[in-house]
Amino acid sequence: MAEDIIRVENLHKSFVSHNKSTEVLQGIDLSVKAGEIYGIIGKSGAGKSTLVRCINYLVKPSSGKVLFEGTDLGELGSRELNQVRHQMAMIFQQFNLLMQRNALKNICYPLEITRVPKEQAKQRAMELLKLVGMETRANAYPAELSGGQKQRIAIARALASNPKVLLCDEATSALDPETTKSILELLRDINHKLGITIVVITHEMAVIEELCSKVAIISDGKIAESGDMAQIFMHPQSEAARQLIFPNRKSIPEMRSRRYCRIVFDGRSSFEPVVANMVLDFGQAVNIMFADTRNLDGMAVGQMVIQLPDNPEVALRMIAYLRDKQISVEEVSDHA
Amino acid sequence: MHDLILLFLENTRDSIYMTVVSTLIAYVIGLPLGILLVVTAADGIRPLRALNKVLGALVNLLRSFPFLILLFVISPFTRLVVGTTLGPNATIVALVVAAAPFIARMVESSLREVDGNVIEAAQSMGSSSLQIIMKVMLPESRSSLILNAAIALTTILGYSAMAGIVGGGGLGDLAIRYGYYRYQYNIMYIAVFLLVLIVEVMQGIGLMLAKKLDKRL
Ligand SMILES: Nc1ncnc2c1ncn2[C@@H]1O[C@H](COP(=O)(O)OP(=O)(O)OP(=O)(O)O)[C@@H](O)[C@H]1O
Ligand SMILES: [Mg+2]
Repeated sequence: MAEDIIRVENLHKSFVSHNKSTEVLQGIDLSVKAGEIYGIIGKSGAGKSTLVRCINYLVKPSSGKVLFEGTDLGELGSRELNQVRHQMAMIFQQFNLLMQRNALKNICYPLEITRVPKEQAKQRAMELLKLVGMETRANAYPAELSGGQKQRIAIARALASNPKVLLCDEATSALDPETTKSILELLRDINHKLGITIVVITHEMAVIEELCSKVAIISDGKIAESGDMAQIFMHPQSEAARQLIFPNRKSIPEMRSRRYCRIVFDGRSSFEPVVANMVLDFGQAVNIMFADTRNLDGMAVGQMVIQLPDNPEVALRMIAYLRDKQISVEEVSDHA
Repeated sequence: MHDLILLFLENTRDSIYMTVVSTLIAYVIGLPLGILLVVTAADGIRPLRALNKVLGALVNLLRSFPFLILLFVISPFTRLVVGTTLGPNATIVALVVAAAPFIARMVESSLREVDGNVIEAAQSMGSSSLQIIMKVMLPESRSSLILNAAIALTTILGYSAMAGIVGGGGLGDLAIRYGYYRYQYNIMYIAVFLLVLIVEVMQGIGLMLAKKLDKRL
């Protein structure tokens, strides 16, 4: 078994405010392997930011452990903790650049605090600017850059200390779709080229789909489900996962009276022939309520929601027919 | 006529001397104090409840004295330090005691303007508390610090003029001695005009520097 670079064990975190304690994280277990791009997704307020800040101990857990390469962060003094943080960089939704430093000097910051000689730091910063495609803006101040450009500088700054892990807290949530895409590409590039493990926190399924091979779904302070991205997409076990994969479900009318099925195609098969043939074979129409195709970590995956005929026997036979064709079928009528 | 010009020059020099020297000394005390107030606050980078409470109370206590009363209250201390309670050097002692807590609060408010998320980012990169103070909090708030320094200078200039009542030296002293006691109103007006001029210049320089150094656009 490959070494876990990050392990979170039975992590709890409560906040006390106005003499009232709320448990935001209620026993989180996670393990991230070196080289992975690991997604953590959940709704707003689910505790994602708190969780990721526990991973680098910006937030101190109430109980439970965080292990980085086997070291329990809870047992480190502040100096050793800072050493760990040099290896575990973080980027943020609001970029959080130093406003009074230009791009180059921002990237030099983590090198300054580890006492890298000035000239050497500057050289490294220039290389990083090139890596993120910003070499022409070395002297620009953050106020002169667009959101996407600021995030590129923030990524370069995060990489300056040669970290093993990059934590991303909603790194693309303040960006438009186009820019989001280019930043996600950059992150994937960094993972491939430099082998840096990336932990991505987001509330957007599209980000996870684009980037992650592993995913954990956090809901109400607990991990509802975690594992391979494709596996969870095709066979979601938890209600939280279903809601994320298939958010429009609620908008389908009259769910209760009829049977609906969600069918998922992976790269090997495709929609039309299968459904068309089924309709022909059975001589019965089905309604297509919803369909889309996504690119999951390089593999095309389609999903479709169909309304089966009223006749329960025909409906059952249709489900069997689809399963026979190696297609994942899941009834969704119960979850209206 | 020559004597008169000399009189104004001397007293202007004394006013500026008192103001600048006491502001500098007051910053030596007030700047670290302001930093401590921010750093040890509940939401600071090194929360220390007890210390924060004590410092806050001390600063508030000193700030609640009207300057003229403070001037009298600390006169034994002043005599101890400079050997007299008259003239510019005596006034400097009182000015420092009055201004240091005021400056601490100004520094505190400047440092509080720094985006907490930026400080968090610095922490995530493994910065020590000292590094955060020296490389993040102070440089990021430099414009606000400079603006506040200009305000501090002008306020202290005002205080120094008040010390004229007890023979503190400088333009305020001049205005009171000649204008109030000897009814030479012209001298008083010129002294006041010079005070206003100095305030304007200090304020202008502060504003210009602050603007020039602020890269937030
Ligand atoms: N310092 C704090 N003190 C008190 N409560 C907090 C604190 N930080 C977070 N919380 C609470 O914990 C809960 C989870 O917050 P968190 O920021 O981790 O959620 P999130 O999943 O990141 O949400 P979002 O998607 O909106 O960023 C929220 O209800 C929030 O109010
Ligand atoms: Mg968040």
